[in-house]
Amino acid sequence: MNHDAYDDNYIRAILNSVKSIAMVGASPVNVRPSYFAFKYLAQRGYDMIPVNPGHVGKSLLGKPFVASLGDIDRPIDMIDIFRNSSHIMPVVDEALKLSPLPKVIWMQLGARDDAAAEKAEAAGIQVVMNRCPKIEYGRLSSEISWMGVNSRTLSSKRAPIPTQGMRLSLNRMSVGGGETAASDRAAKNKSELS
Amino acid sequence: MTDRHPGFSTLAVHAGAQPDPTTGARATPIYQTTSFVFNDADHAASLFGLQAFGNIYTRIGNPTNAVLEERVAALEGGTAALAVASGHAAQVVVFQQLLMPGDEIIAARKLYGGSINQFTHAFKSFGWNVAWADSDDIASFERAVTPHTKAIFIESIANPSGSITDIEAIAAVARKAGVPLIVDNTLATPYLIRPIDHGADIVVHSLTKFLGGHGNSLGGIIVDAGTFDWSKDNKYPMLSEPRPEYHGIKLQETFGNFAFAIACRVLGLRDLGPALSPFNAFMILTGIETLPLRMQKHCENAKAVAEFLAGHPKVAAVNYAGLASDRYNNLARKYAPKGAGAVFTFSLKDGYDAGVNLVSNLKLFSHLANVGDTRSLVIHPASTTHSQLDDAAKVKSGAAPDVVRLSIGIEDKEDLIADLEQALTA
Ligand SMILES: Cc1ncc(COP(=O)(O)O)c(C=O)c1O
Repeated sequence: MNHDAYDDNYIRAILNSVKSIAMVGASPVNVRPSYFAFKYLAQRGYDMIPVNPGHVGKSLLGKPFVASLGDIDRPIDMIDIFRNSSHIMPVVDEALKLSPLPKVIWMQLGARDDAAAEKAEAAGIQVVMNRCPKIEYGRLSSEISWMGVNSRTLSSKRAPIPTQGMRLSLNRMSVGGGETAASDRAAKNKSELS
Repeated sequence: MTDRHPGFSTLAVHAGAQPDPTTGARATPIYQTTSFVFNDADHAASLFGLQAFGNIYTRIGNPTNAVLEERVAALEGGTAALAVASGHAAQVVVFQQLLMPGDEIIAARKLYGGSINQFTHAFKSFGWNVAWADSDDIASFERAVTPHTKAIFIESIANPSGSITDIEAIAAVARKAGVPLIVDNTLATPYLIRPIDHGADIVVHSLTKFLGGHGNSLGGIIVDAGTFDWSKDNKYPMLSEPRPEYHGIKLQETFGNFAFAIACRVLGLRDLGPALSPFNAFMILTGIETLPLRMQKHCENAKAVAEFLAGHPKVAAVNYAGLASDRYNNLARKYAPKGAGAVFTFSLKDGYDAGVNLVSNLKLFSHLANVGDTRSLVIHPASTTHSQLDDAAKVKSGAAPDVVRLSIGIEDKEDLIADLEQALTA
């Protein structure tokens, strides 16, 4: 798996297939990115589970916090890690002890740990790094186009009207290249500088 | 289905547009409305808090404008865009995100006269300073860098001179200085040059010109390349620091590689207010659908007219980068292999008066202050668009007193040449 540039089909298949998502590092503070993503994904119909030992006893949008992945009482399809790159490995180690194993481990925008990704992939888990599932869902459904964002998809089909709680079609034709080429260059520029 | 890479012409027609969800309308509707109803109180709060994607009020966003934004972002290879009321509005909104009083930008001297005015006078009143550099001398950009420098601004093809800028060389200076490179790509359009492919971090346009293309609608746009890390130091607090106007949200952390476009919308457009009319967005979108066809014709005609003028006994010099003899021809071959654009200047052997005569004798060319119309246009920059500069600055910006500027349209080239011929001999 090339973790510098994902094929849209890879992301699309993940978002189309997973149902339950445990969000590690979910915050109840309503200006944090994790709160935005949690709320959005819950509204799109995913079974969201907030994981944060600091908030056990409280709930996030009606979903009770759990302290750790091991405390979740049902199979988890995807783990969305809202932690810095340096905190990824212990979460992956914990995920690898689950039975059944999660199908997907997703690391949030800005988070990347290639060693942890390799470990998860060796166990047959799909990995996404340095992406936000809310942004990717909004992009592939073109809902994010309201914000002038380049969805890199085209469609000649009538779009469904986005309403609360509705799953949107992600099956648009992808325009590869665009953003990934630019973000590759940004990464390259950064490594050239350092 | 595997990921495909649709070509430029496909994107020019389709990107951003989809049949209307409610009516099935295939052309993009003009959403001529100020405001949009919320589903409920929570939806309203989510939209105002930037938690949900959606429409609130046309000063902040509009579905017709959004199609235009996505289309231009796709054509430029950027992550997102923001449409505004004019090219000048785009520049103000961009710099408001980057500059605090006392900060500096470095700008190429060869710029549209209106941009020179904006930077020199309006920006000065905001406490933003400009250091001028010479695009033909890359080291002059390097020498201009100071600890206060926050951005570098150039035009890909300069107005009025039609000269081609070495974008990659200046991008390297910007990268070394740790500041974004902003490219005004108005005269090239993404059909001829895609500055992001050459290292630009932000692209701005006056949509009024070739993108709209029909001389009927003002507009401007800002494209975010998604390449700049705004949080690596605290030079760009609008993007890296908690925003008090949104209860402490950090824009880059929340929006990743399209945070700059979001900042321009939710801080710049929201607070400064230069919103684009959805009607203008519709006109410009319709123009963009034929951009590739028009640019081919504009460039083919421009080259033919430039060649005709270069061979005319009354003409002293023609500055068109598409001519093999032009000093910018190598740069044109590198950056604009499909054509060197359709705006260029020439001068007459009999000087200023002959230029004035020529303008009044033309019958098909229109004498007006615009470029990038289907119609061919002519103007004398030194007495109009660049009149506020002193003589030395006029020469440096490519608008010397004896220079006439043409913007070549998409008429039949034989008719344009015949009009120039009769006006030169009249
Ligand atoms: C290169 C360039 N940039 C910016 C502008 C300003 O655009 P507007 O007139 O849409 O504000 C112009 C207008 O002539 C231009 O030619």
